[in-house]
Amino acid sequence: MNIWESVRLAFGAIWAHKLRSGLTTLGILIGVLTVIGMLALIDGFNKMIAKQLSSLGTTTLYVQKQGLVMSHDDWLNTRGRKNLTIEDAYAIRDNCPSVLRVAPILDNMANVKYGKQEVLGTEVNGTTPDYQFIADYEIIDGRAMSNVDMVHSRAVAMLGSTVVEKLFGQQDPLGKEVIIGGNRFEVIGLLAKKGSFLGNDQDNMIIIPISTFQKMFSGQVRTRGPRSGSVTIAVQPLDVAHVEKARDEVTELLRRRRKVPPSKPDDFGIVTADQIMGIFKKITAGVFGLMIGVTLLSLLVGGIGIMNIMLVSVNERIKEIGIRKAIGARKKDIMQQFIIEAVTLSLVGGVTGMILGFILAGLVSLVIKLPATVSWWSVLLGFGFSAAVGIFFGWYPAQRAAELDPIEALRYE
Amino acid sequence: MIKMENLSKTYKMDGVTVEALKRVSLDIKAGEYVSIMGPSGSGKSTLMNLVGCLDTPTTGSYHLDDQLVSEMDDDQLAVVRNKKIGFVFQTFNLLPRSSALQNVELPMQYAGVDVKIRKSRAVASLESVGLSHRIHHKPTEMSGGERQRVSIARALVNNPAILLADEPTGNLDSKTGVEIMALFDRLHQEGKTVILVTHDQRVGEHARRMVRILDGEIVSDQQVKKNNLDNGSKL
Repeated sequence: MNIWESVRLAFGAIWAHKLRSGLTTLGILIGVLTVIGMLALIDGFNKMIAKQLSSLGTTTLYVQKQGLVMSHDDWLNTRGRKNLTIEDAYAIRDNCPSVLRVAPILDNMANVKYGKQEVLGTEVNGTTPDYQFIADYEIIDGRAMSNVDMVHSRAVAMLGSTVVEKLFGQQDPLGKEVIIGGNRFEVIGLLAKKGSFLGNDQDNMIIIPISTFQKMFSGQVRTRGPRSGSVTIAVQPLDVAHVEKARDEVTELLRRRRKVPPSKPDDFGIVTADQIMGIFKKITAGVFGLMIGVTLLSLLVGGIGIMNIMLVSVNERIKEIGIRKAIGARKKDIMQQFIIEAVTLSLVGGVTGMILGFILAGLVSLVIKLPATVSWWSVLLGFGFSAAVGIFFGWYPAQRAAELDPIEALRYE
Repeated sequence: MIKMENLSKTYKMDGVTVEALKRVSLDIKAGEYVSIMGPSGSGKSTLMNLVGCLDTPTTGSYHLDDQLVSEMDDDQLAVVRNKKIGFVFQTFNLLPRSSALQNVELPMQYAGVDVKIRKSRAVASLESVGLSHRIHHKPTEMSGGERQRVSIARALVNNPAILLADEPTGNLDSKTGVEIMALFDRLHQEGKTVILVTHDQRVGEHARRMVRILDGEIVSDQQVKKNNLDNGSKL
């Protein structure tokens, strides 16, 4: 008997017990569904983060007082550090040959008002004109801030698209006066839409000159959070080849300026987009590992279900096995028949799970706009796993069938 | 063709040893028409299982077509059953979910016969037992006589050396039984070796040679008188 005849036979046997077979395959179905769906989502998540981070400029170094804070202990240990200052930023610009541009950034949350309209919790960034080139943001209307704005600490602001939509609707905001945290500002430029990142609206933000920021918000600079009152310094190296050199130069300069003894570690942190990406990759790898565990567990449960139903199936068909043996079926013929039946059962669940997984990934990526894609190897994985489960858990029932004594089996009613 | 020497078979049941066959010797030549007769418990089922290669003797030797089948393992016996034995059972033993044609094709599947050849051979076999009009029916849609014809067609399809029938009329009414016995008579006349295992004297008398077994021993082995044979009326 060849494989295809066994497969046809298996489908016949499965079809004869539709409900039972359907319930049995559920375990495998759910296992494969989660593995395909989650792999697609994790993949989409990574892609989205990579895309967002590349918009920060992949080579840009961000110097912060506390660096990347990964735990509460980290935060406690680093919060007592001396603040970074605008002067530190200018010192880097003037003394580090591998650095192309530098921009100090101060930030705070403020409510923004225009007439009766108000936006709450807008992120206000105070920085220098160079930041536009480092962070690569686009001005779609009006003008960027200039050095003159900086020198005179002018109350001028560039608005993110969310702020514009909420305050002005269809009106032209350019030249209008808005109130940011109680201070009057003139709108000089509109920023291009960036979209949201991890559910965080990146367009609910305003950029103003850092000198103005210091004058108007000095009394209310953020006292909590990793950058409390300290300046974040965005450092753009000359090019990709100079990233490490720039990092070394900045480190050396800041250690000197902050008088860190040679025996002590840095009392500031330098963060790159790559580093953040690396952390996200680590997190998703953790989630991935967890998913594999959950999937293996559900495949195990599904496999036990298949074993159970195959034992029932063998018991119901003792007579049939006797007949087949009497007319010449060898042990391996019977083994093959029942293992193929188990594998078919498992694959029916696996393939259904895969199809549902594709649909689920598609739906989720549609709803939360993740670029989720199903990779060929996750399909292979789902297929391989369900086939393996069928063989593994079908083996024992099949062996029981193959070992039946033909005389006893024929006599069985 | 069949050469059995000093076959014994003992079973252990609940610690008690039961001797179902005691040093039985039996020769059957190609083309013979033999009935093995005896009441239940006489050991005739045990003898049939041995003849049909479903079981191996505890001691003694059994040659089938010069092959020593008494020393074979399970898989070798399966091959012998497939190629050399055609079983006809009292309860037909057809696969209920398969059609007549599929049932008859089954022995050829295990023999590895090419798919294209299988169907035509199965159809021919069903024709030879007079069932060409019902090949796509399932056993559940057939009468007892038709079912037994399907199982005879299945038994014949691999062209076996022996047709081994176990109470072939036991589940049939007498009229159908007569028809089935007529079919065995015809198969014998066509040159087949037919062995009937039965407790029914009238069935046994269809054969040319009658072997009687009692308490695990052959008590008589004789030719059936010709004048007892007027086919058909004997049931």
